[in-house]
Amino acid sequence: MIDGMTGAAALGAASARPRRGVIGAFWIGAVLVAVLLPWLFFDWSHGRHSGFVVSMLSQMGMMVIFALSYNMLMGQAGLLSLCHAAMFGFGGYCMIHFLSAAGDGSLPVPMEVLPLLAGLCGLGFAVVFGYMATRQRATAFAMITLGIGQLVTVAALMFHHFFGGESGVSSDRTNASSLFGISYAHGIAVYYLIVAWTVIATLAMFALTATPLGRMANACRDNHERVQFMGYDPRAVRFLQFALSGFFAGVAGGLYAVTYEIVTFDALAAPLSANALLMAYIGGTTVFAGPILGAVLITLLQSGVSLMSNSWLVYVGVLFIVMVTFAPGGLAGLILAHVPIRRAGRLGRLVVPYVRVGLPLLAMLAGFVGVVELASFMTIGEAQGKHLVLFGNTINASSVVPWLVSVVLLVAGGAWFWRAAKGFRATWDGITADLRDLT
Amino acid sequence: MDIFLVTLLNGLVYGMLLFMLASGLTLIFSMMGVLNFAHASIYMLGAYFAFEISRYAGFWPALILAPILCGLIGAAIEVWGLRRVHHNGHIAELLFTFGLVFIIGRAVQMAWGMLPMPYRVPTGLDFPLFRIYGADFPAYRAFMLLISAGMLLSIWVLLKRTRIGLIIQAALTHPSMVSALGHNVPRVFTIVFAGGCLLAGLAGVIGGNYQTTEPGMADAMGPIVFVVVVFGGLGSLAGCFIASILMGLVSTFAVVIDASFMDLLRPIGLAFTRDDLLGEILTVPVARIGALVPYALMILMLLVRPRGLMGTRDT
Repeated sequence: MIDGMTGAAALGAASARPRRGVIGAFWIGAVLVAVLLPWLFFDWSHGRHSGFVVSMLSQMGMMVIFALSYNMLMGQAGLLSLCHAAMFGFGGYCMIHFLSAAGDGSLPVPMEVLPLLAGLCGLGFAVVFGYMATRQRATAFAMITLGIGQLVTVAALMFHHFFGGESGVSSDRTNASSLFGISYAHGIAVYYLIVAWTVIATLAMFALTATPLGRMANACRDNHERVQFMGYDPRAVRFLQFALSGFFAGVAGGLYAVTYEIVTFDALAAPLSANALLMAYIGGTTVFAGPILGAVLITLLQSGVSLMSNSWLVYVGVLFIVMVTFAPGGLAGLILAHVPIRRAGRLGRLVVPYVRVGLPLLAMLAGFVGVVELASFMTIGEAQGKHLVLFGNTINASSVVPWLVSVVLLVAGGAWFWRAAKGFRATWDGITADLRDLT
Repeated sequence: MDIFLVTLLNGLVYGMLLFMLASGLTLIFSMMGVLNFAHASIYMLGAYFAFEISRYAGFWPALILAPILCGLIGAAIEVWGLRRVHHNGHIAELLFTFGLVFIIGRAVQMAWGMLPMPYRVPTGLDFPLFRIYGADFPAYRAFMLLISAGMLLSIWVLLKRTRIGLIIQAALTHPSMVSALGHNVPRVFTIVFAGGCLLAGLAGVIGGNYQTTEPGMADAMGPIVFVVVVFGGLGSLAGCFIASILMGLVSTFAVVIDASFMDLLRPIGLAFTRDDLLGEILTVPVARIGALVPYALMILMLLVRPRGLMGTRDT
């Protein structure tokens, strides 16, 4: 199925855009869901919001900005940055200092505007380091940004005045005044601040894609030599794009600082940079909204699965590798591949093939999860004194039966999936060939 | 003086260890254009394999078997992974190895747990070789130097004096021509990738008991190896060697220097005590910011000479 699908995604990329109305409905729907979702989990008997849901949604909001700003580099300019968290974290640290300054009265700026200042800090940071990093492109750029990311992480542990060392810096978000007289004592108020800023930042980044700079960034990604022939300086384009993406990362970092009221070096270290890459790529770098999907999915996995399982990183890693190998367009690319089929009214013909592929896929997944969980419970889980519980029964990870079941599921499901995928691919290719004949 | 000599030797040992990792990375990169992010993960696997083998068969079989296992894993990655994503471009290959980092890192934790492994120096080599100025120099470090020097020599002979080395060098610059002459270029790629992973595994075997064998060792080693490769110039083995030794020496020496920028300013009559960020930057001893130095050096190098010390191409 899979190669055919990516081929179709690549072929149909130009013609696969959904209609304007569909896109508009998607955006309005997304904002509505973001606004209303916390109320779905509202605890009416106690009259309060679910803390877990609100904090997860807040995290999603800032990660959406972060992933979109990452995609300004990755998807739109073809630059693989590995220090994106440095801008995020720097914005966060600045925000904490702004909040403290607001507390002693030296910075009379309302809370609603503070993320803008954090963004400007991210911009300044990106200007300094972007000047060095954007001298190169492609692989060398990736390696330089890796070095910059390490430099900043190490520096954050060393200079205590600004970064606070291991324990980080903290402040109180109620220090800042508000334009609208809102008290930001509760998470839900902060959540709506994040939603507002996410909408603003998303609109701004979307607008940027239509500017000459955004277009030239695409051109540099596709063929930087030709850009040079036309008299543009690809380095200047890279630099501007890097600086602007640093601005939005700084905004996201500022919102992070407001939410948690503490920033440690985790906020600028390599794992978060890697997260930006995972979110943008799994969501889909070729579509503007792709990273949003990725940010939501990865945050869900992070806060949901990490509660249940030690090994969520394995799942994310495998998902990532599968995406890189079989679906370079990411989730958004997979979805868009169905648009022309839907338009031709052939989506119904895919239902049965999908069920045929889906069942063995589920079996294979169950087997894989089983093997991973059993293995991790034999070492890590045991050391942490945890038990593997499935449907209320405690399972002994070192007994034979669960291992046998998992391995059989994995192997048999895999083999079955392999066969089913071939059939699916034939169906898919048939449909796309039909579509090509139609046009 | 006494500290100087001991530090010099330690720096050399560390530098040679870096070179073992960086040389494989450079070879793979200059040949295939693939930046293998999982290189340090293979290094970690090498250490864990060596620990596991040495539990049953002792250190010497581990020294042979663990690198071979790593080489086989490298070959498998190349044949079943990288080759599939090759048509999507270099970035896709890089991302593929990036994903491997998570999987290998987590798999190691699942197989061996989070705690450091008691992977020790073999008893046959666990004695002080000589004493200089009251400090012992362990025989194992001399053994590490020996192994890495031997590896350096054999790489050089292999690349410059054998037929396969000739083909590898040719495939490095003109892959389509080499292919037209009837050589199997994809197989050469596999050999190079496996060879690079074998070197990383060997570095893991001798580095695992020099440092500690624990799940964080890949993350600790990875960035510094990349710094070495960038500093030396992408695709240049000689530059990579110089950079490795330099970085090894710099990071070892930085730890023992107890001076700060302030000490440089004092002779010209500048001295001030302030309790803010600038004051902190000026008064922090070099020993504390030692870990920063390689990265700062790399950025300096890139500002002066973007292609690195002896690099031949820009990207």
